[in-house]
Amino acid sequence: MALEKPYKDIPGTTIFDMELARKGYHLNQFCMSLMRPENREKFKAGQRAYLDQWSMTEEQKQAVLARDYNRMIAAGGNIYFLAKIFSSDGLSFEFAASSMTGKSPQEYRQMMLGGGRSVEGNRRIGEKS
Amino acid sequence: MARISAAVFTSHIPAVGAAIDLGKTAEPYWAPMFKGYEFSKQWIAREKPDVVFLVYNDHASAFGPDLIPTFAIGCADRFQPADEGWGPRKVPTVIGHPELAAHVAQSVILDEFDLTIINRMDVDHGLTVPMSLMFGQPEAWPCRVIPFAVNVVQYPPPTGHRCFQLGRAIRKAIELYDEDLNVQVWGTGGMSHQLQGPRAGLINKAFDTAFFDRMLSDPDGLARMPHIDYVREAGSEGIELVMWLVALGALKPAPRQVHRFYHVPGSNTAVGHLILENPV
Repeated sequence: MALEKPYKDIPGTTIFDMELARKGYHLNQFCMSLMRPENREKFKAGQRAYLDQWSMTEEQKQAVLARDYNRMIAAGGNIYFLAKIFSSDGLSFEFAASSMTGKSPQEYRQMMLGGGRSVEGNRRIGEKS
Repeated sequence: MARISAAVFTSHIPAVGAAIDLGKTAEPYWAPMFKGYEFSKQWIAREKPDVVFLVYNDHASAFGPDLIPTFAIGCADRFQPADEGWGPRKVPTVIGHPELAAHVAQSVILDEFDLTIINRMDVDHGLTVPMSLMFGQPEAWPCRVIPFAVNVVQYPPPTGHRCFQLGRAIRKAIELYDEDLNVQVWGTGGMSHQLQGPRAGLINKAFDTAFFDRMLSDPDGLARMPHIDYVREAGSEGIELVMWLVALGALKPAPRQVHRFYHVPGSNTAVGHLILENPV
């Protein structure tokens, strides 16, 4: 019997469950290393060389280099770990979140000022609003 | 005897900490949000808690992928602000209450809540932003703090029901402590928000309003809400609200609401804030 994972049908949402955490372990460990200023400097000085010190998959490394947060999440990254990357880049959670939605930072902020993204039509994949 | 006088519930958005630290609280974007905490600062200056039992979650700061405790109690003398990638917040060191923390740990573990005991830990925005919201920018925090970390990063977090029952065990433990202490229990995080994926930016005011209402009208039913309802309705990070149930469970039945505030947006998040006083 497989475990029930009812969250799989939520659109545009990846739940960082045990399975994904296992997949993302080294990616998230790399992120944790950026909490030390000396590591941030090393990473900025040579991103590829720094990433090569970690047992990450090539897909995970490419996603980091592209700063493609949706790809990083699909590869097992969790947003609170990934936050160490965009914080090291001097960027905010709002900026990082907007980058995952296909909206510009300005469009995203306007959406939030307008009350945020509605849940209507966003509860289940294929649902009509 | 120690007594729990009140519970404070609040979001703990990192950008709010940055706005405070960078002196941006009067800017048009932030001013309406901070206005909602003016009452709270005056209230807590009158209440003068000796200890805040602060339920929050670590955001991959103290706990990385190597070790993920579901419930962890901070028993240290002091806790430093964590470096979350942009240097530590310049806020005072958090002074613990190791004696009360040890007492609570001993009591609730024997009540079958298997806590992890932490004697060394840095505390991140999940703990320091609520402190700043309630106390402003003092040279030193005016009370002791027991950090109580709940895992809500690695799915699955503990159930709402477990959190609520834990709150009850914490209340029992605190009321058995011999020293006369005015203790507040804080529940932080939430309300609706999603920080990841194409659905990022989700806000559900109807859900949040019902959550506030049910904390008073139907706490037992609210505690039974399954995880899927949080993540579907309130966003993948909205599940932080289970932490509010620890603080709610620490209150006696029928607490009195003294303040309620709701504002969208705080960065990506619906800012929710509530103060409940225990019946005397």
